[in-house]
Amino acid sequence: MDALRYIAKRLVLMIPILIGISMLTFFISHTIPGDPARLILGPKADAEVLEELREKMGLNDPIYVQYGRYMAGLVQGDFGDSTYSQKPVSEDLKRYFPATLELTMFSMVITVLIGIPFGIISANKKDKIADQLTRFMALIGVAMPAFWLGIILLLFFYLQIGVLPGSGRLDTWVSPPTHITGMYTIDALLTGNWEVFRSALMHLILPGVTQAAVTIGMITRMTRSSMLEVLRSDYIRTAYAKGGSQNRVLYGHALQNGMMPILTLLGMTFGHALGGSVLVESVFSWPGLGKYAVNAITYLDFPAVMGVTILIAVLFIMVNLIIDIFYQVIDPRLKYD
Amino acid sequence: MLRRFFASPLTVIGFVFVLVLLVLALFSPQIATHDPLEVNITNKLQPPSDEHIFGTDEVGRDIFSRIVYGSRISLKIGLLVVLISFPIGTILGAIAGYFGGVVDQVIMRMTDIFLSFPGIILAMSIAAALGPSIENVLLALAVVWWPWYTRIVRSSVLSIKSSEFIEASRAIGANPFRILFKDILPNSIAPASIQASLDLGFVILAAAGLSFIGLGAQPPSPEWGAMLSSSREILREAWWAATFPGLAILFTVLGFNLLGDGLRDVLDPKQR
Amino acid sequence: MALLEVKDLKQHFTLKKGFLGDKKVVKAVDGVSFYINEGETLGIVGESGCGKSSLGRSILRLIEPTSGEIKYKGKSITELKGKQLKDLRKEMQIVFQDPYASLNPRSTVKAILEAPLLVHGMTNKKERMEVIESLIDKIGLRKEQLNQYPHEFSGGQRQRIGIARALTLKPKLIVADEPVSALDVSVQSQVLNLMSDLQGEFGLSYIFISHDLSVVQHISDRVAVMYLGRIVELADVDELYNNPQHPYTQALLSAVPVPDPKQKRERIILQGDIPSPINQPTGCPFHTRCPVATPECKTEVPKLQEKTFGHWTACIHV
Repeated sequence: MDALRYIAKRLVLMIPILIGISMLTFFISHTIPGDPARLILGPKADAEVLEELREKMGLNDPIYVQYGRYMAGLVQGDFGDSTYSQKPVSEDLKRYFPATLELTMFSMVITVLIGIPFGIISANKKDKIADQLTRFMALIGVAMPAFWLGIILLLFFYLQIGVLPGSGRLDTWVSPPTHITGMYTIDALLTGNWEVFRSALMHLILPGVTQAAVTIGMITRMTRSSMLEVLRSDYIRTAYAKGGSQNRVLYGHALQNGMMPILTLLGMTFGHALGGSVLVESVFSWPGLGKYAVNAITYLDFPAVMGVTILIAVLFIMVNLIIDIFYQVIDPRLKYD
Repeated sequence: MLRRFFASPLTVIGFVFVLVLLVLALFSPQIATHDPLEVNITNKLQPPSDEHIFGTDEVGRDIFSRIVYGSRISLKIGLLVVLISFPIGTILGAIAGYFGGVVDQVIMRMTDIFLSFPGIILAMSIAAALGPSIENVLLALAVVWWPWYTRIVRSSVLSIKSSEFIEASRAIGANPFRILFKDILPNSIAPASIQASLDLGFVILAAAGLSFIGLGAQPPSPEWGAMLSSSREILREAWWAATFPGLAILFTVLGFNLLGDGLRDVLDPKQR
Repeated sequence: MALLEVKDLKQHFTLKKGFLGDKKVVKAVDGVSFYINEGETLGIVGESGCGKSSLGRSILRLIEPTSGEIKYKGKSITELKGKQLKDLRKEMQIVFQDPYASLNPRSTVKAILEAPLLVHGMTNKKERMEVIESLIDKIGLRKEQLNQYPHEFSGGQRQRIGIARALTLKPKLIVADEPVSALDVSVQSQVLNLMSDLQGEFGLSYIFISHDLSVVQHISDRVAVMYLGRIVELADVDELYNNPQHPYTQALLSAVPVPDPKQKRERIILQGDIPSPINQPTGCPFHTRCPVATPECKTEVPKLQEKTFGHWTACIHV
């Protein structure tokens, strides 16, 4: 019961944040000179036609009226029409989002599988050579411009050796699997289509690894410091003193308690990965939200830019909410405050 | 203190990287071997050689010289963004933490909005709205960066606010502003300044990223992200055009990171 | 006329609880009255959580009293604001418990001692230095130590710096909130003696707050015993220690070790813990633990009354 109340409260608290975000992006993008009507019709358009389109698009109304109209649509899932593709932004988002989700989830899986074990090893072997090495690699990962790493990987694995594909989601001769989730690897698995699965997975590797490089660095560092804190605590020393084996203490006691801050960081990292997708998708021509956003920017397609911004914000907030709720479930000490 | 600072080899490495960056930026004309903007089509796509140690790009410009001049742009963005957002964030954080109540609520809800989703996305949409230029990227990054300092400063102010020495200042009749600026800020600024030194690198990284997707510096500016962006067209022919600007960014971010970690070890030994 | 009179002072804190804000009230100080004369030391003893620190802070107006009246030299100070409140600061000062937390770690001793003078508009640097130098001489520091930072001093030295800071404005009254309880026993007496010396020299009055009965006995002229936000007994120091009337005071004193092993004293052990100040018991606040409680104690709130000359007790059985 308390849990439901807590979730409801958190959902209510999301509203002002979302309003804030939408206002911020809306007002910035609408107070700036630049005429979407002119962009649609081109520089040689007739003044009358231009005025007519402006009127039709509501560009002549005061800005708060425009904002009100936008918000009224937004609560019904209407993000307005893309000024570039002329289609509803929500439709575009639906089409591009699964690709981004697939890429981000794939990179998060790599991140967790590599980052957490390395963080634990690093903490357990504090100041030994393994620790030094891990910390250095993690640091490089954090400082690495992901878009550059992408280019270098592309150069090596695609252009030089040619073992991995370097752009898009599927080989040109493979047709996409039946649409279920929109994530090709998962859809291919669900339909048992191995050729498509293989192709989709191969295409995921380079962008996924690129994106994971940064987040692995973040997770490794956080896991290490979190584990160090736990390992220093009295109950771990007691566990060792009682004669508990290394592995039992490490994975039985320490990890359980060290997991908490790591979980929170995973949420933040997920946001980072979502943000990073803009750059990584652009390197690998990955047809996701990032690529869509960059295109939209190029064509001053503000409804599209705002749509991506708001969608990513909602996603990020939701992920963190889920983690917070999960937190409450695994840590009995926390009360729903 | 200085000895402790330089005790770690990693800190020394970071210091050297940052120093090199500073020297490159300050003495670009002396260090560069060519004019960074000079086009020489007959000399295009030359691999690294004695004449062009990092090779030339698609219009024959010397990549080494471009990177040298690019350090000015990057350093300028890093410094300006931090110099704008750090004081704003710090002061707002101090006010929020010290005065509490409605002021605190308003300021913190504002930071919530900014921190509730990836900064790069917000910076991207702001920069996109303002129009592609390096100044707008600078502005966009400053807009998304201050809330981090507000958060950090607020939490350290909160932990210091109830100290007895603050009560002592109230007991002698000091006004809130004296207490804020003389007692609270000097004691709560360390964690935020550590963050600021790390951020110098991250701001440069973010700015390069925005330039990479076409929002920041425009060609033919020798900005590192923009250079990387145009290198994609010639990836097959000229690996050097992509490699060196990226390394420049990596070393810069790494340098500020190591320096910041070193600062943390000295100023805030508990954090380790 | 008494230097300071406190009448029915209450200090309640509201705790916000829950989303809809069902409020709970902590009655840290709940109707305290006493006076203090010039040059006198009033000791206030009680267990931790009895509200003695809140009492000290609300007298100084560091926290706003909920109700009641505080009179300084016959004038009410409960409503003072702005300039007048600032002027009051020159009259009353505070010495804190923790010598590590009460000095700004980033200020030199000089800056710490200079701050009160600057705040109160002593613009002449030479004058300021005269005040500071004469003070540090009194607390036994050297002039060269003025440019050092708090962490370079021992706990006892720091506490003496804290005392010097309280004295810069030449106050008449000092609230000392557990000024020695964070110090080693060997250092405690040094600081206590310094405080006694300064009292004579400056004609100070002290409100000396402590949980330590022997320290309070050593320095006080009169002693008030607090329990759950109220004074339960108040008397001259010798009278109170030799002839305690309130069962709570008796229990406290029975726990103090006696230097003479032949002297037998029965130890009264109190049952249970001190109740939470959020859910105070009805009637006499002490009845839940009192060895002599009767059914009336649950309903009747005992008033602090002068049962014998100069000896005030709040207990219906005395």
